[in-house]
Amino acid sequence: MKRHFFSALAAAGALATAGITLGATPPVHVAIDNYAFKAPTITVGVGSTVIWKNGDDDPHTVTADDNSFDSSGLDNGATYSRTFTKPGRYAYHCKLHPFMKGVVIVAGSNS
Amino acid sequence: MRVKRAKFLECMAWCGTGVVYSLTASGLVGRALADSLSTPLSALSFVQISDSHVGFHGDANPDVLGSFQHAIDKINALPMRPEFVMHTGDVSHLSKSTQFDTAKQMLGTIKTGALYVVPGEHDIIDDRGAQFFQMFGRGSRAPWYSFDAAGVHALALTNVLDITKGGILGRDQLEWARKDLAGQKNSVPIVVFAHIPLYAVYPPWGWSTDDYTELLAMLRRFDSVTVLNGHIHQVFTKTDGNVTFYSADSTAFPQPAPGSAPKPGPLKVPAGELGKHLGIRTVNVQTGSHAIAIADQPLS
Repeated sequence: MKRHFFSALAAAGALATAGITLGATPPVHVAIDNYAFKAPTITVGVGSTVIWKNGDDDPHTVTADDNSFDSSGLDNGATYSRTFTKPGRYAYHCKLHPFMKGVVIVAGSNS
Repeated sequence: MRVKRAKFLECMAWCGTGVVYSLTASGLVGRALADSLSTPLSALSFVQISDSHVGFHGDANPDVLGSFQHAIDKINALPMRPEFVMHTGDVSHLSKSTQFDTAKQMLGTIKTGALYVVPGEHDIIDDRGAQFFQMFGRGSRAPWYSFDAAGVHALALTNVLDITKGGILGRDQLEWARKDLAGQKNSVPIVVFAHIPLYAVYPPWGWSTDDYTELLAMLRRFDSVTVLNGHIHQVFTKTDGNVTFYSADSTAFPQPAPGSAPKPGPLKVPAGELGKHLGIRTVNVQTGSHAIAIADQPLS
């Protein structure tokens, strides 16, 4: 747990300084188009960053069902990114259009 | 009841050769406009506008401030000064303080006795409406209140907090409404305002309020109940016994008819057609008979 936290921190640091991280998986993109998250269900590895981009004229949010994360309102063209450091199933929705639902499944062990 | 849009707008035109639909206890009655204007002294009026989306920059309307101003100009040109104006929410597009500021300044130029605004879901995005209620609240402790004006008892409700499917009123607000309505006589015309429709227009798009039937039950004993909302950016009406529901046009952009497209959202119409899909609504209340006449007037 702790070890993972520090490795994620190191990866984030490398990203910030070098702009790339050796050996890290590239970010996973989720499009928000026509009132849907595409793809609605994605599976990523621990430490992966997911980037959402709103392609609609209407604003959307990326909000965890348990409120553990929230993008706030994303206007057309705006992005939100989040790095998932713990395995699990992260269900989320758009606060403005609750019928828009998505899931990030973070696979992999913590060690 | 679903009235074909083009026909409906044509019929509802306030100026020119329109027809005013009067809502009485016995239902919707059409009358020639001239008759209505010949007896204006016995009537009070108020105006509803909705969904101005200040801050929107999409193809569906590149100039939402222009069309909002157009709507305000139309209100200020009405033959009777409205007792009050209610904006039924989504004044802003993204709950930004600059958007609220602009909207408030523009709304402040309306010639009317009082201005009320209920929030839309676009107005409460990141702070559960803290900023909105600071600017547009009426000083009530809860985000809902009632008032008496233009010969009606009006409820200004908030059904955009904590939405999971459609709108939601919630336990506290329903209990407040029960107590508020308890003091009203059956003969008093009741007008209910909320952003999201307080009936099931189209639940798959969230165009409904999850717990509206509980409110409806409280409204049954009254002679005349008029429920006015925004959110769906189109005129839509439905009568259910003593209660008639009316959704209003936006001042910013139209949305597809319920279920007519894969998803809701800003609808781009041919250039030059936009004004026909935006509008203001005037509500006349005949003193004495309590009959209520609703007139939807397109911006152009």
